Amino acid sequence: MSGQGTMRRVKLHEIAHARAGDKGNTSNVSVWVYDPGDYALVKAQLTAERVKSAYPNLLKGSVTRYELEQLHGLNFVMLDALEGGVNTSLGLDSHGKSWSFLILDLDVEMPENRGPAAAA
Amino acid sequence: MLRLGCGAGFSSDRLGPAIDLAEKGRLDYLVFETIGERTLAFGHRDRKLDPKRGYNPQLAQRMRGVLKATKANGTRIVTNMGVANVPDAARVVIEVARELGLKGLKVAAVLGDEVTDLLTPETRLFDYHDRKISEVGLPLAGANVYLGIDAILPALETGADVVITGRVSDPSLFLSPIVHTYGWRRDDWAALGRGTLVGHLMECGMQITGGYYADPGKKDVPRLADCGYPIAEVQPDGSAVITKLDDAGGMVTPRTVKEQLLYEVHDPKRYLTPDVTADFSAVQLVDEGRDRVRVANGSGTARPDTLKVTVGFDGGYLGEAGVSYAGPNSAARATLAADILRDRLGRHSEIARNMRVDLIGLNALHATAHGVRQNAEDVRVRVAMRTADRSACETMLWEVEAMLCCGPAGGGGYRGQITPSVVTHSALIERERVRPSVEVLVA
Repeated sequence: MSGQGTMRRVKLHEIAHARAGDKGNTSNVSVWVYDPGDYALVKAQLTAERVKSAYPNLLKGSVTRYELEQLHGLNFVMLDALEGGVNTSLGLDSHGKSWSFLILDLDVEMPENRGPAAAA
Repeated sequence: MLRLGCGAGFSSDRLGPAIDLAEKGRLDYLVFETIGERTLAFGHRDRKLDPKRGYNPQLAQRMRGVLKATKANGTRIVTNMGVANVPDAARVVIEVARELGLKGLKVAAVLGDEVTDLLTPETRLFDYHDRKISEVGLPLAGANVYLGIDAILPALETGADVVITGRVSDPSLFLSPIVHTYGWRRDDWAALGRGTLVGHLMECGMQITGGYYADPGKKDVPRLADCGYPIAEVQPDGSAVITKLDDAGGMVTPRTVKEQLLYEVHDPKRYLTPDVTADFSAVQLVDEGRDRVRVANGSGTARPDTLKVTVGFDGGYLGEAGVSYAGPNSAARATLAADILRDRLGRHSEIARNMRVDLIGLNALHATAHGVRQNAEDVRVRVAMRTADRSACETMLWEVEAMLCCGPAGGGGYRGQITPSVVTHSALIERERVRPSVEVLVA
């Protein structure tokens, strides 16, 4: 990492937005960086394994990541991630609509000289 | 150019902005999409309670709101508000038309999505580790196949003012008027993929015009309270501009479009519908400014051989009850209340087996992911359970309500409810076995 200067830790929420959707017991969260310049570092750090290991009690199945390079987006498809799904879960948010903010709550490391993106 | 509007993106979506679109949208078609896995289950539940029900509960109100304007403006309506009872839904539309003096208004009902009789106890559920229907251990409530444009196009060809369906794939509600207008071949997969992209972007209504999007300070949305529904201007090649009424709140930007692009999408190269395997992986978005985003480069490959079926099971009852604590030490009092409830309710085996306890304000929505977090002001204890035994739900509600007098200090705001519950799973069925049909009614 030498030559890149110091790194700082930011919440993904500072540099990206996200949306959650559900199909049965599968949740998907798409993640979009505000600044295309942040795409490479998010892609490198926000791996499927990272997401899976962040919430082991919730994400019971596999996590697969798809990339939309031209739009600077990542799509996480999480099987067995909704405690049964909208008609089975006893959770208050049985769709997992708020799962997007579980992903945005994760930290990423970025060079000190890159600031968070301006508001949309 | 074809102008499509979306007047509902889910069962309980707002009506006012749909009336605005009907009156001012200069639309060729106004689409109301109101079915999800949850609301289809509710439709079966409602029809079970009353055989005349089971369609969208807001159907009559929506029709009263828009029918005069759509008829006057030559805008045709396409909607899946038939949910689990299409014939009675079509009759409701006819009744409203007569009430409004719209004599001669024509309604085409698309039938044949209910396929309960085509399933057997041996049918496999692909979303349930390929187990058989017989292994679910719950009574079958009803099964609906996702119909596509093959079922909807004949209804459009009748010239009907209103086309009403049950379960069809959501994008097909939009793709069918596009194909009907431009006469695309049914195996022009690239074009069908582009049209499906338009349908997918539109199907959730305001989720592309600023709804389900705002995050103050990060993603601000102008006049979200008056957010407008989307309009798609579709070209003969299937490319489109997504926009909204000028005077409506909300916004259409590449970011709102991106979030919707992958909503409920898994592999962007393979978005399966009854009509096509749509490919969103190379989509390009161009910001034309002033709430106009051009969408291009959708594509597609051959449609799947099988159709998806949502299989509903009678899930017994869902009981939910809660009580709140506020002010100093509220978290500790709520936690004590939860401990007492686990203790008291735990002595009843049917409840103990099926129960979940949350502390809203401390850990509810993300409880499974995170565990408990501190520092809330108001904390609500919530107990939920699903069981075939209604009396177990009643016992649970009683115990939660009892916290008012024999729980921690200052507990208030008890609410409890028991609702019939339907559990859903998914199966596949060979396309040839499904026989949709159209029935026309005239006011």
